Amino acid sequence: MSLRTEKKTAFLDGMRLGIGPATAGFVLALSFGAEARARGWGFGLPILFSMFAFSGSAQFTLLSTLAGGSAVAAVTAAVLINARYLVMSLALNNSLQGGRLSRALKAQTLVDASFVVAHRNNGEYDVGRLIGASATQWLTWVSGTAIGVLVAPSPDLMHRLGLDVAFPAFFVILALDELRRSSRALVAAVLGAAIAAALLFVTAPGYALLGATTAALLGVLPEKGGEQE
Amino acid sequence: MWLSVLVLTVISWLMKASAPLVIGSKKLPPAVVRMTALTAPVLLAGLIVTDLGGPGWREVDWTELAGVGVAGGLCLTKVPMLVAVAGGIAVTALLRLSFQ
Repeated sequence: MSLRTEKKTAFLDGMRLGIGPATAGFVLALSFGAEARARGWGFGLPILFSMFAFSGSAQFTLLSTLAGGSAVAAVTAAVLINARYLVMSLALNNSLQGGRLSRALKAQTLVDASFVVAHRNNGEYDVGRLIGASATQWLTWVSGTAIGVLVAPSPDLMHRLGLDVAFPAFFVILALDELRRSSRALVAAVLGAAIAAALLFVTAPGYALLGATTAALLGVLPEKGGEQE
Repeated sequence: MWLSVLVLTVISWLMKASAPLVIGSKKLPPAVVRMTALTAPVLLAGLIVTDLGGPGWREVDWTELAGVGVAGGLCLTKVPMLVAVAGGIAVTALLRLSFQ
């Protein structure tokens, strides 16, 4: 198989794998669009925000904190929520090809679910799959925001329909797949969950999530049987 | 409002691009590679906990937990992902219709 065909296959594979998280993202984007409209953000800004920032957790954080505090505090909170991208960028870097700019552009497709579906068994990341999965999610994220802004569905109706289940359910399914890889991944995930659970008592979910990523430090310990490089 | 959105968007771009811009094509030491390989499972675990718990564990909803559990269980029985999630959503909707 030629390199071009391989890349195309990986991209299409990623698009297919992205359908699940993209569906959940669509529901979340509907909420974001509706909430932004309710808070007087107008029609254009929420859609542009989704198009260019493409980050649900940071967008919701800015939306909610901007209403109750200063712009600096709101932006700082949203940036801290997104600080996990520093870790994810580091994780992805070894799998990227090309010059700095090309790598930096490809890294823009980093979002949580794509990062997970692109993860290979050898610890590297399939960049074609990452881009494909993010393309699907970007389409539903932007269209969901636009529909949310225009239609403004009632949060109560979405709750009654059980649509809030979509997001955590997809993550549980992705986790089941991820944890089959190694016992070390399982231990790290349990530790990460415990850290997040404890931090959730004292801080906002975004910071608890950031704290959970410290469990990946377990990887610094050598594996049984020596280095696997 | 527009300025806040612009600043956040640019900082997010820079954070995603941080390693390619700073490290470039240099290879990371084995210990760091092992650490980065654990980032995905750890991030997923954190996302599940924070999403289900909410701020201060105040958003725990047993109907949501039941739906998520059903979706996970269906997935273990090799049901396609979308069907498993649809099953979880249906269970939660039915429970809310019956008990809330």
